[in-house]
Amino acid sequence: MAKLPKPEELGKIDYTPPSTGWMDTPVEFKPGYFCNAAKEKNLAGLHMPNARTWSVKDEDWKLPDNWKEIIMEGLRERLEKYRSLRIFMDICVRCGACADKCHFFIGTGDPKNMPVLRAELLRSVYRKEYTTAGKILGKFAGAREMTIDVLKEWWYYFFQCTECRRCSVFCPYGIDQAEITIVGRELLNLLGLNIDWIMGPANACYHKGNHLGIEPHTFKSSIEFFLDDIKTITGIDIEPSFNRKGAEILFVTPSGDVFADPGTYTAMGYLMLFHELGLDYTWSTYASEGGNFGFFTNNELAKKLNAKIYAEAKRLGVKWILGGECGHMWRVLSQYMDTWNGPADFLEVPKSPITGTVFENARSMKMVHITEFTADLMKHNKLKLDPSRNDDVRLTWHDSCNTARGMGLLEEPRYIAKQVCNNFFEMPENTIREKTFCCGSGSGLNASENMDMRLKGGLPRANAVKYVHEKHGVNTVGNVCAIDRATLTTAIDYWSPGVRVSGLHELVANALVMKGEKTRRTNLRFEPLPGVEQVDDDQPEEE
Amino acid sequence: MKLDQILEKNKAVILQGWVEIILKAYPDETSRFIKSRKDRFDNPVGHAISTGVEGIFNCLVEGGNERIASFIDDIIRIRAVQDFRPGQAVGFMFQLKSVIRDVVADDLARQDAGLVRELLEFESRIDEQAKLAFDIYMKCRERLYELKTDEFKRNTFRLLQQANLICEVEGQDASAN
Amino acid sequence: MGALLSFIGVLVLVLVAVIGAKANMQFILGVAVPYAAAATFVIGLVMRVMKWASSPVPFRIPTTCGQQKTLPWIKHDWVENPTTIWGVLARMFFEVFLFRSLFRNTKTELHEGPKLVYGSAKWLWFFGLVFHWSFLVIAIRHLRFFSEQVPGLIQLLESLDNFLQIGAPGLYLTDLALISAVTVLFLRRVVLPNIKYISLPADYFPLFLIGGIAVSGVLMRYFTKVHIVGVKQFTMSLVSLSPKLPQSEIGAIFWVHLLLVSALFAYFPFSKLVHMAGVFMSPTRNLASTGRIKRHINPWNYPVKIHTYEEYENDFRDKMKAAGLPVEKE
Repeated sequence: MAKLPKPEELGKIDYTPPSTGWMDTPVEFKPGYFCNAAKEKNLAGLHMPNARTWSVKDEDWKLPDNWKEIIMEGLRERLEKYRSLRIFMDICVRCGACADKCHFFIGTGDPKNMPVLRAELLRSVYRKEYTTAGKILGKFAGAREMTIDVLKEWWYYFFQCTECRRCSVFCPYGIDQAEITIVGRELLNLLGLNIDWIMGPANACYHKGNHLGIEPHTFKSSIEFFLDDIKTITGIDIEPSFNRKGAEILFVTPSGDVFADPGTYTAMGYLMLFHELGLDYTWSTYASEGGNFGFFTNNELAKKLNAKIYAEAKRLGVKWILGGECGHMWRVLSQYMDTWNGPADFLEVPKSPITGTVFENARSMKMVHITEFTADLMKHNKLKLDPSRNDDVRLTWHDSCNTARGMGLLEEPRYIAKQVCNNFFEMPENTIREKTFCCGSGSGLNASENMDMRLKGGLPRANAVKYVHEKHGVNTVGNVCAIDRATLTTAIDYWSPGVRVSGLHELVANALVMKGEKTRRTNLRFEPLPGVEQVDDDQPEEE
Repeated sequence: MKLDQILEKNKAVILQGWVEIILKAYPDETSRFIKSRKDRFDNPVGHAISTGVEGIFNCLVEGGNERIASFIDDIIRIRAVQDFRPGQAVGFMFQLKSVIRDVVADDLARQDAGLVRELLEFESRIDEQAKLAFDIYMKCRERLYELKTDEFKRNTFRLLQQANLICEVEGQDASAN
Repeated sequence: MGALLSFIGVLVLVLVAVIGAKANMQFILGVAVPYAAAATFVIGLVMRVMKWASSPVPFRIPTTCGQQKTLPWIKHDWVENPTTIWGVLARMFFEVFLFRSLFRNTKTELHEGPKLVYGSAKWLWFFGLVFHWSFLVIAIRHLRFFSEQVPGLIQLLESLDNFLQIGAPGLYLTDLALISAVTVLFLRRVVLPNIKYISLPADYFPLFLIGGIAVSGVLMRYFTKVHIVGVKQFTMSLVSLSPKLPQSEIGAIFWVHLLLVSALFAYFPFSKLVHMAGVFMSPTRNLASTGRIKRHINPWNYPVKIHTYEEYENDFRDKMKAAGLPVEKE
């Protein structure tokens, strides 16, 4: 019988990678991989350089004529400012330990998403400009000329890194791609090359106090709106205060908690907990953002946005600051805030008014993470809890990158989770704690136009979730990060339907037995509690 | 020999050949990674491909159609977001044919009419499942767009809700969704 | 391509040494070049470190790899998330001497397939460790050529290294280990496509160079047998800064060995090999995680213009009042 032709011979498509080395392989902008260009008004609103209307897909990015000088001067300046950059430029041995640790590499398979190579994009230019070997030997020494193609390549790949620091955990020298991405983005911002999903929120935050650009009256009414829901569920009236001088504690949380589901349930959780404790605290509409999209732009903008927290604490005359559940917010708070905008000597060392515990680990910076605060309450038996109300929850814990690798907040949330939820299951060891996988949408990449990319980046995380979903029937992923709540919900909906995402204090509030509450029939999402048959005006949605 | 015997006997070779073809779609350095790291958490793509092809193959040979969808789903769900064109994304199903033709080439050369018929039948079965693969692909892509709107809704629902209240459009809305 | 060029580079060095030895250029090979290389090494490395040190560490950015110091009843991981100098020292010790971070690659559960395959990352840790440790031991052993009385410590090290007592002169395990480790580290660069993809000529060159040094050393010790007393007299004269070239012929292979070592020293400060010094200065590893406990000072911190509360209230005063929010100015 004649040899049958093979299908792939008939419709031959050449998948083989370019045989050229990575330096000679120009970047290809694939739709779904990148975010939209920063808008002129958002650049101008923050007095960023080169504010103009431009589009990523255009050949001409409307750069100033001397863009190359600006980049080179910017790089020189940052080499002099950051020892981390200087050292990370010099000491990488390209051992490849980081190569397969990046969620974007695992999900996309694009070799330039290996952290080592993403860093080489910048290193190659550094070598050409600043090292003798690079100047003389050129490509042989891994050096290359800065060109417009290289610039575009930077833009493409530095906005395909979520600054999650997972690579840094595995690197024998601790080389942190986040540091390199941060500098890379700073350089791009010198030319007005940001994405709008970062620039828009940053601009809004600067002028209006939060990323969503919510004005003070709306901020207040949004929170008041939760009070109606809480009243319906528990029968309890709560009266939080705003911009109140003389309160003991200022509470700051990412604005996503106030506006985006399912973060809103976490915000309701805060309100209920604080009410139950009778905490003397206030919200602020001016410092109504814990997150910091300036951090994804440049150091100066990050500092500007962050400054409001201490400034407001000082104006209101509080004693210390309590911070809500957020990821990069806490990286910024733990590792930058005190340096930028301290010393906060007008505040006192945080002390829990309920238990008397002094938070020595926040002695200088004066801000306490809410899980530290709540774990302490629980340890001292200050809360009456009924974890059986969460018996329909089969929980696993997602460590958020920034709280895990930029802080080390690992046990506090787990302790709380186990106090309020009877069914707790860990994901595999190489996907949690300091080795946790990113949601794939951090560092300002949680836009919608790059959804394909986000899902690819979220695959490693969701894949481990799927595993415990199948093995233990896990149906909820707990976390302490606003971006996780917003975006992991999406990634898990795609990769592992049937599992949802919940903030920790949503679960706390569900289990919290409040003084004078009526018999609760639903959880904060208006779903019937386990054991309760049917609830009015609710459509059961769980399978 | 009957076709299913041949397939059973050469299962390892077929699966390996099939995986190789699938991985050709990725750059060398990537396909090596996908092949080499066996940990399903460090390498979800590789895991989905290797368990997926085996599952699909078994179902095709044994005719078990219930589980096949989930194996195809594991692979397609990844390919649906990995910037393959639709044809490429589902094309791997058809590629199984060529792998099998290679294996049975010698037997076919003996002009075994029964075997030819069985082969054509088996290939039709593959075609049938390829259609399923395409359905799954479309579902994944649609899901992706739904997710975008869902996310948008989650981000704006509270504000819309407030706006509604201010305008007193509706009395009570279910907050559960 | 990169590998080939690097290989040719090392080959050229070998040829230069052989020809130089034949052409009576011992003074250049034995005195001028080694002194120049040593000077380049010391000055280059000091300058490199000074350059690094000249840039400040503006922020406290350790990568935390364990539980933070927090409530007293939560066990603090004082090594992986250190808050004291002792914790940092312990963390650096594990990093520098045991390659802690590379070891993290190991897996303990849920594997499929043959062990060798999934263990590949652990191999990197293992051979990396073997490579660096045997290199260190060999370097220390060589001190016997630079001290009149061989210190007891070195003698002890030598006897440990030679504990198998195979052959005469006794086989040093580290010689074997170094050559195998270099070979493995080279092979993974050419065999694993993703490692090959990221490898630069600057990655192959040091491997060939060190491989060349090891092979020439082994040849000298076990096979071609150079005139060892002459060598020692010569090296002693070098360290005492009164170089006297050996009177008798000591073998071309020695000059090859010496030139390759010199090349390594001279190349060191300009290459990735500076990771030897850099690892100690990496801010993600050598900083205590005290960002909240103690204020870290950024020397170039400068005041920035912020959007003040006053400006904010000016923008929204009427709306705030209408919503019942307190305001500073009516």
